[in-house]
Amino acid sequence: MAVDTGSPGSAPPTPPPDQPGGLRLGGVRVTWRSALGVVAALAALAVVVRFGGGSQRFETRVFRDPDVRFDFEFMFAYVPDFLRALWVTFQATIGGFALAVVIGLVLALLRRSRLRVLRWPTAFFIEFVRSTPLLVQLFFLFYGLPRITAIPEPLRVWSSLATLIIALGVHYGCYCSEAYRAGIGSVPKGQWEAATAMNLGPVATWSQVVLPQAIPNVLPALGNFLIAAYKDAPLGFAINVTGVMFFASTTASRTFAPLELFTLIGLGFLAVSLPSAFLLRRLERRIGYERT
Amino acid sequence: MDGLLLTPGQYASLWIGVQITVQLLLWSFALGVVLSLVFGLMRLSENRFARGFALCYVELFRGISSIVLLFWFAFALPILLDIGQPSRVVMAVLALGANMGGYGAEIVRGAILSVPKGQHEATTALNLSGFHRVRHVILPQALPVILPPFGNLTIEILKGTALVSLVGLRDLAFSAEILRTARTQMEVPIGVPELFINVLVIYFVLAQIISFTFRLFERLVNARYRQRTGRRAVDVSGGAAAPATAPGDATGGT
Repeated sequence: MAVDTGSPGSAPPTPPPDQPGGLRLGGVRVTWRSALGVVAALAALAVVVRFGGGSQRFETRVFRDPDVRFDFEFMFAYVPDFLRALWVTFQATIGGFALAVVIGLVLALLRRSRLRVLRWPTAFFIEFVRSTPLLVQLFFLFYGLPRITAIPEPLRVWSSLATLIIALGVHYGCYCSEAYRAGIGSVPKGQWEAATAMNLGPVATWSQVVLPQAIPNVLPALGNFLIAAYKDAPLGFAINVTGVMFFASTTASRTFAPLELFTLIGLGFLAVSLPSAFLLRRLERRIGYERT
Repeated sequence: MDGLLLTPGQYASLWIGVQITVQLLLWSFALGVVLSLVFGLMRLSENRFARGFALCYVELFRGISSIVLLFWFAFALPILLDIGQPSRVVMAVLALGANMGGYGAEIVRGAILSVPKGQHEATTALNLSGFHRVRHVILPQALPVILPPFGNLTIEILKGTALVSLVGLRDLAFSAEILRTARTQMEVPIGVPELFINVLVIYFVLAQIISFTFRLFERLVNARYRQRTGRRAVDVSGGAAAPATAPGDATGGT
């Protein structure tokens, strides 16, 4: 991040004409604004997911031909059901990640707090969540939390999908907070000093100077975590979220065709994660270009 | 929520799970390291087919979620190959190891790329064979860059081993589920939140042991590196030292 990026709240940007990629300054602004838009959209989606139903019924009744080793026709017959299940997995991913982006920012700010009482427990919490399996965290939230009677009931009893979203949100929030921390650390010290010199308050310093410069640096890492969250979303199977894993498992036990069904969801996974990884690499290169 | 500790009998039950978890971790780690090295080197091979094959492997095993991979190995692959019912442990190790190999290969590739080009050229000038190039020149210099991300990757694999409980292996997570479902028949009824907090703490301790072991190993490797070259390979205190900064200035041309 160049020092002359300036705060986006200041005068309208006039990119220096002699620099390659005159969009640079504007580019950062646009990225920041669109990032905000994306976050808002994701948050809205999360609300929809929280209150929208997540249960799907898989009603295709096709049976595999026992004489062939791999029955492609059978596999394709289940694609519509698979897509319905994938939609639930998407909901969990997007909702969970929207939560993670917010939780991550909060944790990153707490981690930088001047008060040790806030800083140390936060650091421990992040380390703890990052080094324990999401599956056991899901079990804790789904089976354990509702039994802690000290917490009022609306806060501890969640549906399967909501539990998965919360678990993904907390788990990846801890990962995201580390990314934010690195991004905030990458903002040059002069920017902080400039904010002090201009007598900006803490809110203005963070929202108008530091974060707009930190977030674009963090975006590729966040993208990676989004893909990782998508890969972890099928874990909801363990608490009966009707996602892809649930679909494959229940349908396989009904039709005795695990080969085709698990292959189907594997291919479906690749069909989503490979293009998104490719797009992410392009984004990364573009941001890298904007920065230099 | 009075008292977070479980009874000794319950800990004994969890301990059986811990042993299986650790066993799975060690085997898949061993497989993962081998696959990482093989495919990491293949990604940089001069042979186009080897390169393409390694790329396919890496993209395939990084693109699929580990749980889907695990279920595919446990339930689909035996049917595809028509090999009856192989041991679930073997299939779980294969799935987790292959998954780790996919991520590890990229780490190894990056680390080898970080070794200065002059070193590669020197091996050619000395007419070393392929194995000796890697074993005596390239890997010793790549190792300090490989280790920190490999520590994190190993913790990810530890977390991945919890998934095997879903295909019916009695690992730590599965033991916890056994205790949870049997809690009503116990003499001392077990609190579900306490149970899972205990299990989480056990996983946390395991992860800390892994991370400690890796840091120790890093320190050893770096000490040896300094002893031989008089330079620091990677800053030990920095933990996850950035490979981007290390290669250029720290290991610069001899």
